[in-house]
Amino acid sequence: MKRRGVLAGMGALVAAGCAKVAETGPGSSLLAAAEDWHRKAHRALAGRERLAREFDRSEISPFFRGNGSTNPTNGDYQAQAAAGFANWRLTVGGLVKTPLVFDMDNIRRLPQRIQVTRHDCVEGWSAIGEWTGPQLSVLLDAAGLRPEARYIVFRCADELNGAAYYESVDLVDAFHPQTIVAHLLNGEPLPIRNGAPLRMRIERQLGYKHAKYLTGIEAVASLDGIGDGNGGYWEDRGYQWYAGI
Amino acid sequence: MKRHSLVTRLWHWLNVVCVVVLFMSGLNISNAHRYLYWGDWGFSPDQAWLAVPRFPGWMTIPDYYSLALARDWHTLMAWPFALGLLVMWIAMLASRHFWRDLRTRRPEWTWAAVRADVTRHIRLDFSHEGEKYNFLQRLSYGLVLGIFLPMMVLTGMAISPGIEPAMPWLVDGLGGRQSARSLHFIFAFATMAFVVVHVVMVLVSGPMRQMRDMITGGKA
Repeated sequence: MKRRGVLAGMGALVAAGCAKVAETGPGSSLLAAAEDWHRKAHRALAGRERLAREFDRSEISPFFRGNGSTNPTNGDYQAQAAAGFANWRLTVGGLVKTPLVFDMDNIRRLPQRIQVTRHDCVEGWSAIGEWTGPQLSVLLDAAGLRPEARYIVFRCADELNGAAYYESVDLVDAFHPQTIVAHLLNGEPLPIRNGAPLRMRIERQLGYKHAKYLTGIEAVASLDGIGDGNGGYWEDRGYQWYAGI
Repeated sequence: MKRHSLVTRLWHWLNVVCVVVLFMSGLNISNAHRYLYWGDWGFSPDQAWLAVPRFPGWMTIPDYYSLALARDWHTLMAWPFALGLLVMWIAMLASRHFWRDLRTRRPEWTWAAVRADVTRHIRLDFSHEGEKYNFLQRLSYGLVLGIFLPMMVLTGMAISPGIEPAMPWLVDGLGGRQSARSLHFIFAFATMAFVVVHVVMVLVSGPMRQMRDMITGGKA
């Protein structure tokens, strides 16, 4: 019992030391730097275009788990759902030459990409599903990015714990061939738990980047002033912006 | 000639810090989803081959549940851990330290020889018969340096969705992403089992001298 107490004491000491270091300016900037080294290493190894693994349809998991918001109750989401998302609109705006608005029919009529990919949650679990939708690059090219644009922000209909969900990626991931605006999962319209009627697929990053209940796509020069300025709902709560680790 | 080279000593103490922080932050990450699976996917307890216990705060970094902060620490310390191991291996091969002192030899792999070495250990007789390390020592150092620690790095990389596009063969070779995650966990605990045995062996074989030699280098 005593020995266990000593071990517990040592554990607590290390943990407390780490907590102190993380609170200091240099400590937290070191943690941020490490995230950046990972992103740069991944980009150096995989380049801009290398694809995430695509699976065979036979490998699709029997269920696709939903996480975070699984049935938004804020705003008019429930009314939209009751109407079968017939009135859903997706805006493409911000630093673009031609702001655009798409309805669900417009989205379905664009060239479609179908991909069977694995979804990895930051918590640790994985599920495999087949996603269908237009590439984000098609929408961005249609709107025409202005040269100042450096990030693409995804606006969502859902609020989680009272705050609007949002996400962002840089232009490398925005124009990656597998980055699509999905409206089908396994050939069926997206279930509500998985982000109906539209969600992002950012296949080389963890699940929280894949914004659900998508209402807006916004090109920006900086992430400052959006949410708490860290580039996403979970990023504002301490999670890494680069979620490829 | 020192008993422990400068590279060995620097790596040893750097690695102590890395392994402790990685293990404790890893336990915090484990608390986020306490189920392990085989294959590519898995997301609910009924698919799991193991339900891992929840680790209490005193064992984790930080000492309360924070997946975000634990991941920050884990991904920071992964760098010195992986690069340190790489440097250590290059140094061990270049100085022939591995070939001279750490490899096991075929005649030692007989039942009688292994039993004799185990018996000597039980009697706390750690004589080396003219060699730097005895068989069980070389076997355990070889396992840790050659398999446990490299597997920690490789399985950790395989879990990263940003690495898989560059190295799909790595994820395949480990049996899929959830298998890689399970192996990451298994080798983490194998490494900790080594740490416990290692510390116990130091304590029963002249801890003051052992610690001093790992700091100053000692005499060969």
